[in-house]
Amino acid sequence: MHVKILIGTAAATAVLAGFSSAALTGGEWGKYQVGDLRSGYTYAAPETRAIQDDDFENPAMLALDYGAELWSMKDGDANKSCADCHNDAEDSMKGVGARYPAFYEPWDKPINVELRINECRENNMKAKPWKYESREMLGMTSYVKYQSRDMPVNVDIGGPSTPFFQKGKAFYYERRGQLDLACKHCHEDNSGNMIRANLLSQGQSNGFPTYRLKWQGVGSLHRRFRGCNSQVRSTPFGYGSDEYVNLELYLAWRGRGLPVESPSVRN
Amino acid sequence: MFSGEREETLRTGRYLIPILGIAGLLAAFALASGDARAEELAKFMVKDGNSIPQSLTGRPGTPENGRKVAIDRKKGNCLACHAMPVPEQPFHGAVGPDLAGVGSRYDAGELRLRIVNPKYANPDTIMPAFYKANGLHRVLKGFEGKSLLSAEEVEDVVAYLVTLKE
Ligand code: HEC
Ligand code: HEC
Repeated sequence: MHVKILIGTAAATAVLAGFSSAALTGGEWGKYQVGDLRSGYTYAAPETRAIQDDDFENPAMLALDYGAELWSMKDGDANKSCADCHNDAEDSMKGVGARYPAFYEPWDKPINVELRINECRENNMKAKPWKYESREMLGMTSYVKYQSRDMPVNVDIGGPSTPFFQKGKAFYYERRGQLDLACKHCHEDNSGNMIRANLLSQGQSNGFPTYRLKWQGVGSLHRRFRGCNSQVRSTPFGYGSDEYVNLELYLAWRGRGLPVESPSVRN
Repeated sequence: MFSGEREETLRTGRYLIPILGIAGLLAAFALASGDARAEELAKFMVKDGNSIPQSLTGRPGTPENGRKVAIDRKKGNCLACHAMPVPEQPFHGAVGPDLAGVGSRYDAGELRLRIVNPKYANPDTIMPAFYKANGLHRVLKGFEGKSLLSAEEVEDVVAYLVTLKE
């Protein structure tokens, strides 16, 4: 299953290898750049990119494989697996990673893939919801999103989603914490600049869940949000909170057109 | 009297004057405080939105300690954003301008304003206010109501920056 991706990126890897990110700024980043939009991949260290380029080296693939296993495992009082309702994930889940967060009428708000997975578990499988950063949830989210790999991010912000999108946007521009910084100060005004030893990226969401070398593990987008909030000494919001789902919707829209890269590898 | 809510109006200094109604007395000066609980943070004068001429402690700072505070990640952490003439430290940030020679470009009052609260000079700046403790949003537990640096530390950093001549 991983092999087809490997071949596709091998050529790009050969070209990129040996160049520092600075040398390629404004240059050709292939599928990882759409106009001015650049995936976090293009800001990652060359060695980090090399790990992502090789699915057999990408440690996030272990999480994904676990997710694939869980896909056909029966669970809950209904004794059903995901596969019992959705059959082959390669068909039924294709595109999901590109269009989520999506408006979910029963809840009257947009929800992300993690919340949708738990909704299925609770309602359709009568199973206990998974914890947000659990191995199960990260594995399944990786597996589901992987079925959209290389598809352009394309969320719907119209209709009933608009007010939620607007809230996410307001969050992005709102200063917070003892350091009094908004997302935009680092990721819009200063992408491409070094903040101490870190190269600031555009803070795009297309690679999540991601294997982060600093974490020594796979983490969700909301974990990243909590990290970015905490580093400006601001109280983070909860995993799966409305605030973060709205922000996730806004970020996806900012990065629309970038390829779904999940599960990616970052510094 | 100098409450947190009013801090917004203090940004440029000049808006405060009609509020106080003593424009004649203060001329281009505005009285401000880094904290609504003014007993904790010292009051200071902002001149023309560009300078805080007087020492926050009434005394000059110590350049050697200022250099330490500037480097310390838990205090100034200035290297996160600025290159500085501090060759023993690796990884200088490039978010703000190089601070080498900054003591020739600004006088002590202008430097003090840029440490106390650079938003007086540039409301959209990424550089944090190091002497402000109120009017902040969702501050992490344990840091509420606290400024990043004490008045002494601000003065020490100012004293250090003044020594960075071209
Ligand atoms: C003080 C600077 C700073 C602020 C403010 C900040 N971030 Fe970050 N952010 C970073 C750094 C450093 C990284 C790691 C390097 C990178 O990918 O940019 C990062 C990474 C990210 C990433 C991962 C990108 C990837 O491709 O893996 C996302 C997403 C992100 N930030 C979103 C946000 C959001 C949303 C906010 C506001 C809630 C925010 N950040 C606020 C510094 C900041
Ligand atoms: C998060 C980033 C950040 C941090 C941390 C930071 N600065 Fe700045 N600083 C900037 C930026 C950006 C500017 C450019 C002017 C502006 O944006 O207002 C600046 C401007 C300055 C200036 C004016 C320089 C000039 O040439 O105009 C001085 C002086 C200064 N900073 C000193 C410091 C000191 C001292 C510290 C630590 C106590 C510090 N800064 C911490 C980002 C930062």
